[in-house]
Amino acid sequence: MDINATLLGQMIAFGVFVWVTMKFVWPNLATAMKERQEKINDGLAASERGREELEKAEAKQAEILKEARQQASDILEQANKRSNEIIEEARETARSEGERQLAQAQAQIEQEINQAKTELRDQVVTLAVTGASRVLEREVDAKAHNDLLQDLAKQL
Amino acid sequence: MSDNSSGVTGYIEHHLTHWQIGEGFWSLHLDSLLVSILLGGLFLLFFGMVSRRATAGVPGPLQNFVEMMVEFIDGISKDTFHGKNSLVAPMALTIFVWVFLMNFMDLIPIDLVPDTMGALGWDYFKVLPVVNLNITFGLSLSVLALIIGFSLYYKGLGGFIKELLFHPFGPWLMPFNLVLNIVELLAKPISLSLRLFGNLYAAELIFILIATLTLGFGTAWGEMLTSVSGLMLFAGQTILASIWAIFHILVVPLQAFIFMMLSVVYLSMAAEDH
Repeated sequence: MDINATLLGQMIAFGVFVWVTMKFVWPNLATAMKERQEKINDGLAASERGREELEKAEAKQAEILKEARQQASDILEQANKRSNEIIEEARETARSEGERQLAQAQAQIEQEINQAKTELRDQVVTLAVTGASRVLEREVDAKAHNDLLQDLAKQL
Repeated sequence: MSDNSSGVTGYIEHHLTHWQIGEGFWSLHLDSLLVSILLGGLFLLFFGMVSRRATAGVPGPLQNFVEMMVEFIDGISKDTFHGKNSLVAPMALTIFVWVFLMNFMDLIPIDLVPDTMGALGWDYFKVLPVVNLNITFGLSLSVLALIIGFSLYYKGLGGFIKELLFHPFGPWLMPFNLVLNIVELLAKPISLSLRLFGNLYAAELIFILIATLTLGFGTAWGEMLTSVSGLMLFAGQTILASIWAIFHILVVPLQAFIFMMLSVVYLSMAAEDH
């Protein structure tokens, strides 16, 4: 085995191959791999973030639901209370109206009674005067005895 | 074989002879050089094609395979070589794949290429480039050049000379240090290339020796396949060659890996202060 120029040829080939690999083969591959690594990293981070957001949203949703339920039951309770109040009020109003109408009717009756009494008294006075004038066979001056007659009428 | 007359010795010698043009130092072992450059070109073509089409999206099977290699080499060179350098990892990738492909030529049936080329008019054609010391030294001397280059780049000329003179025993043993360091420096490429050469040469020789079992029959296939001893020899050769080839499948990538790994280690040693 003798050493000859093949050695030099091989060294040149080595230099060229290494240079080509370094310049043209390696960088593209390394970049692609790095990019993919970053993509996967981003994807994982995004999915993690998404999961957290979902959890948060779920918690929020539960809270809102709870609040809504609470509100609904509050409103229902209030409405019940209010309806009870309205019924009570209506009852009260009806009662007082009835009483008022009763009182009015009674007052009217009283008034009519009084009126009738007064009319009756007047008629009695007239009747009395007429009777007395018949008895006396002369005209009684109604005006002259007015005070007396009035007094009489009051005593009836 | 054409030189059957000279028997086993002739057969082995024929298998160990290179296709050579020219005489003396300025001659070329064209078979080794051509196969070596062809395989290196194949590596560049394949990896370059995949690299050109590389996407950051979902990789195809080819890109997947190439990326696996790249990641493997990148991991090793990052673990071993501390500091940033855009040369180390591509160099390691080149060495690993190239040496692997060259070693792999050992698994081509021993007579296939020489006989084919013989039929085409070449007297000698050795397809396994790494059993040529020129090739292995070509690789390891390039690595040595890189070692010296790295030393100069990372330590400067003064730093490198200082290290050669004053390390490891201080300034009082300066000549001794120098001799020691030069021996250490030269031992690196020599051990690299001789390890690769020795492993593959031995394996190749064993393949050749196994192949000589049925050499006595020459091209008399009928005689070999009808006689008991011929059949036994034929079966023995097949079984032995298969076993050795299976074992050799381990050696091929291992030697490529060792060459690559040691190159990276040497470069990292050159780049670091002792």
